[in-house]
Amino acid sequence: MLELIAAAPFWIAVLRIATPLIFGTLGVLLCERAGVLNLGIEGIMVAGAFSGWLAVYYGAGLWTGVLVSACAGAAFGLLHGVLTVILALSQHVAGLGITLLATSLSYYAYRVNFPKVNSPPTITPFGETHLFDAVPGIGTALGAQTPLTLLALAVVPLIAYVLYRTPAGLALRMVGENPAAVEAQGISVTAVRIGAIAAGSALMGVAGAFLTLSAFNAFYFNMVNGRGWICVALVVFASWRPGKALLGAILFAAFDALQLRLQQSSAGVLPYQVYLMMPYLLSIVALALVARKAAYPQALMKPYRKGER
Amino acid sequence: MPKVLRLEPRLRVPAAIVAAAPMAAIAVTLLLCSALIVWAGAPVGRAYLLLFDGAFGSRFAITETLTRATPLIFTGLAAAVAFRAHFYNIGAEGQLYIGALAAVAIGGGAIPAPPAVLFPLMILAGMAAGALLLLVPALAKTRLGVDEVVTTLLLNFVALLFVSLMLDGPMKDPTALGWPQSMTLPSELEFGKLLERSRVHSGLILALVLALALWVVNDRTTFGYEMRAVGANAKAARFAGISVDAVMLETALLSGALAGLAGVGEVAGRAGYLTLDMSPGYGYSGIVIAMLAGLNPLGVVVAAVFVAGIIVGADSMSRAVGVPTYLADVIVAVSLLSMLVATMLVRYKVRWS
Repeated sequence: MLELIAAAPFWIAVLRIATPLIFGTLGVLLCERAGVLNLGIEGIMVAGAFSGWLAVYYGAGLWTGVLVSACAGAAFGLLHGVLTVILALSQHVAGLGITLLATSLSYYAYRVNFPKVNSPPTITPFGETHLFDAVPGIGTALGAQTPLTLLALAVVPLIAYVLYRTPAGLALRMVGENPAAVEAQGISVTAVRIGAIAAGSALMGVAGAFLTLSAFNAFYFNMVNGRGWICVALVVFASWRPGKALLGAILFAAFDALQLRLQQSSAGVLPYQVYLMMPYLLSIVALALVARKAAYPQALMKPYRKGER
Repeated sequence: MPKVLRLEPRLRVPAAIVAAAPMAAIAVTLLLCSALIVWAGAPVGRAYLLLFDGAFGSRFAITETLTRATPLIFTGLAAAVAFRAHFYNIGAEGQLYIGALAAVAIGGGAIPAPPAVLFPLMILAGMAAGALLLLVPALAKTRLGVDEVVTTLLLNFVALLFVSLMLDGPMKDPTALGWPQSMTLPSELEFGKLLERSRVHSGLILALVLALALWVVNDRTTFGYEMRAVGANAKAARFAGISVDAVMLETALLSGALAGLAGVGEVAGRAGYLTLDMSPGYGYSGIVIAMLAGLNPLGVVVAAVFVAGIIVGADSMSRAVGVPTYLADVIVAVSLLSMLVATMLVRYKVRWS
């Protein structure tokens, strides 16, 4: 067991599994810190995975594909913003609506483009960078990653910096805690919230892009498979902090990687479904453990109406 | 002060406008989705005509739509009941499968008892299984303060894997080839067919009766009042002497049982056995249906027939003009969002000031 965890291939797998969770959890974090629950994440990840892959399939570069995914995510984020911030609709229902819409639109578009294919068409995905092979210790695990994983690791401190060290970050955190005070400063709560949702949703789109442009080389139905919902759980576990979000994603990915190894090494001891259940059960247990002391953003799920208390 | 968009309640809303809002929402939905039909290279008018014809245009179409609507009424009611108390049960898909699994476990031949005993036992087991699955997130919410949205969502995956485990192992039909499939229910335990040469079964009657019963419970009983009070303002409800936690748990049990019934109806009324592809997302569609219905139990019946019609109609339209069947899911999603917007705009004015 210890040998398994100490070995480089294990950590290579952990970082790979963690990547979409890091992007997704940071995306949820931005939305919720601004006071808006975004259950659109599951569908936005599907749309991100599909749109980026389609762009690359039709000849765009891989990074253009990532940009397309981010834009697709931001577009659905804007829609979510209009529905929940301007029209003050239920954030639960609007988010689920966005998930249904983004998922079904992606599947529809896939079938319009490829009506009769059975095996999904493939692209050439991002390769391993091997930039850090010379670094002792973590070098092997980092070097075997694709650029998007390194981007995910770089985005964490970036988001933390923006949130805690810039006026925009302060405004974002404030609209999630005390929107009336922000309005009193002459800043539009509506604009800040919609901006935060669009940015967060762009990250969710990139989370999807990792699946089709790095982890695999094609778009499959059901490929997101609940990862979005897990991000919503992880952000609670991370108490809405970027650093802890990274830690949570890596911890979760480590359990998932361990589960995969156990499934292979002890085949037949337990049915494979038991291993596959573990990530979901683990998320529920983690939620239960932190729920009592979870410091939800004060204005989460409360639409802001000027002049109302 | 910067200018902001804000919502002002309309002082008087003419009844005609309230009635027209759902129609307007559906019109907008069809208009938006016609762009997708054009993109797929099919004639819009003909595609919609074929869709309508496939859903309601013949005896076969109508019976297929009603068969499809039956589980959707159950899951729609499950969502409507829970959402009214602001308990966001997004786990109806898992509860449906667990309900179906329990029904097959009781009725699939493992228990030697006469059908007169097994039949009610099978239905109760399905309801209890769905309710118990939802009791976990409900207790986690009332005891530990864990948000139920994520837990119910995640339990869907756990439930489906558990069903897969059972269908691979102890509950696998040894004579079934290929895909894992449960034992088949004996014909005495199946729901009777309502019409000859069709798949409409008595589960539909049960669904309609329950919709009516829940409408009465909602509007005419203390429990219905308490559920609404907890949903509208939990603090005020607690102050008024209502035990919020108890109401929440009872609501959860009711909602889970309804979703479990959807599963019982699918195995005992339609398929006869359980497979992993039995539900194409009936649990999730139930949420859309509940919202389209404004959480009204009788409205759920209408909305379920509408959604079932879209699904069944899109299937036959797709075969005729080559528009992908996923159009049905897009129409359902867009109609949900436009209905939400329409009901909001009927009640409020959006002003820039």
